[in-house]
Amino acid sequence: MIRPDWHIVEQWIAPKSRVLDLGCGDGALLSHLIERRQVSAVGLELDDDKVASGIERGLNIIQEDLDNGISDWFAPMSFDFVIVSQTIQAMRHPERLLADMLTIAREGIVTFPNMGYWRNRVQLGLLGHMPINRALPNPWYNTPNIHLCTLSDFESLCQELGIQILDRAVVDSAHRESTLLRAFPNWFGEHAIYRIKRKS
Amino acid sequence: MSDASEKLTQSGLSRSVGIVEPKTARFSEPLALDCGRSLPSYELVYETYGQLNAERSNAVLICHALSGDHHAAGFHAETDRKPGWWDSAIGPGKPIDTDRFFVVSLNNLGGCKGSTGPLSIDPVSGKPYGPDFPIVTVKDWVHSQYRLMQYLGLSGWAAVIGGSLGGMQVLQWSITYPDALAHAVVIAAAPRLSAQNIAFNEVARQAIITDPEFYGGRYADHNTLPRRGLMLARMLGHITYLSDDAMRAKFGRELRSGKVQYGFDVEFQVESYLRYQGTSFVDRFDANTYLLMTKALDYFDPAQASNDDLVAALAEVKAHFLVVSFTSDWRFSPERSREIVRALLASGKPVSYAEIESNHGHDAFLMTIPYYHRVLAGYMANIDLASTPRGATSPVYSTEGAK
Repeated sequence: MIRPDWHIVEQWIAPKSRVLDLGCGDGALLSHLIERRQVSAVGLELDDDKVASGIERGLNIIQEDLDNGISDWFAPMSFDFVIVSQTIQAMRHPERLLADMLTIAREGIVTFPNMGYWRNRVQLGLLGHMPINRALPNPWYNTPNIHLCTLSDFESLCQELGIQILDRAVVDSAHRESTLLRAFPNWFGEHAIYRIKRKS
Repeated sequence: MSDASEKLTQSGLSRSVGIVEPKTARFSEPLALDCGRSLPSYELVYETYGQLNAERSNAVLICHALSGDHHAAGFHAETDRKPGWWDSAIGPGKPIDTDRFFVVSLNNLGGCKGSTGPLSIDPVSGKPYGPDFPIVTVKDWVHSQYRLMQYLGLSGWAAVIGGSLGGMQVLQWSITYPDALAHAVVIAAAPRLSAQNIAFNEVARQAIITDPEFYGGRYADHNTLPRRGLMLARMLGHITYLSDDAMRAKFGRELRSGKVQYGFDVEFQVESYLRYQGTSFVDRFDANTYLLMTKALDYFDPAQASNDDLVAALAEVKAHFLVVSFTSDWRFSPERSREIVRALLASGKPVSYAEIESNHGHDAFLMTIPYYHRVLAGYMANIDLASTPRGATSPVYSTEGAK
């Protein structure tokens, strides 16, 4: 299965580059990038089942908890791109990861579910309960997603951390482009995809 | 069906390599050793499982740990109570799948299970080497294993695999013969021993050496064995191979007779276990070999020649790595495996690393842990045999043939 954000991530990755995927899951995105962009890939993942799946795909997978930090593992600028796909909202310290990832790679690609998506706003603001939907399927008391944010939250954190936003794309789950989506991304984007680098 | 073969079937003969026979390779070209001495000639005893393919590209080398030997899988006879030491992982349909790979397992030099070692006759004196057998290192073993590879008519390994001291041999292989292996599987190992680890080895050695029956290693001349010393060494070893949790789960504070006896006989189950492990070891292992093996562990330090920089030591490595550690292993802790992985990553080598949740301590690497075996099987299944090194395929040391 190809997730809606993969297509955009793929376009931003230069062919034959060195790619690190933090929280790589079963390695499906890395496999996709190897096939489409001939990248040399490393994935980091904590979950046993997903690590095994990645290794079964023939990928290079390092089993580690992202919350333990990544700078011990990888030398400065040892990758061209580091991807954090649908992971940052599940971390104890997303801000540390954002800072660290841009020391080991030239560019970062971050994707996350947008808490500002209109359905989430309706569920919280009008109906008065935490959002439960396709992008955020878990109840509040049992969810890996402990640090949800909106597009504007993410952008102010980047500002604070001295991170430059090179590109931003938003998609809904059906990967539709629409005028509404373009005009009001923080309302109509279900998933956000950012390309970032450290401000020079 | 006989009772014995029925027993084999029940214990998984369908997934066993079955009955295997050790073979002996003789080498008459001297082997120069790290210690400065050399072995004028020597023998290596080995077993093979599975079939070598026509391209000779599916050979896998298994390196054994401290007290291991060539008998890694299968049975020597239908009446054998136990299979080889790593039968859990080697066999048809198992992680190291003998339907696909041709697996070679040997007893290292200095061993006591048939390869040239302290029990062998020194051609110079005409008597057993005993304590005069030269100290061998991991690197010496790798050189001798390379000759075995040539002897078998192989130009390279699809993979070299080992746990513990075996994992150290794998790491050494990748550094010393980078063109001879496509994959390196390093399990529960370390880039070198810590001071604590050397300390355990030293206590084990002192237990043996100070046994009055040791006679400076010439116990055979006195028709005796340093039983107590070797037993103590093994008991100490076993404590360090298990975790606190594993010991608690296995023995707790259980008493053999149900109540305390206020004496120094075996009372707690754990004492009984250790004494059993110690005494049974004495009957199957040579004390001089034990001393040699622990020294090989202590001396192993491939980064030493590169100013203690493991990244630099790995610079020429070409193999693709799988590194595995176990959470409760405190003799070769996950942190030590991570050192290897970090050095590989820093020198840009392809590597996967799995940290297996287990409370079995260091011993876990020999056990059937589903996630561990899934990772190992998954890694092995992805080995592309077309990437196995192909150099000169003519056997160089085949002059005397296999037994």
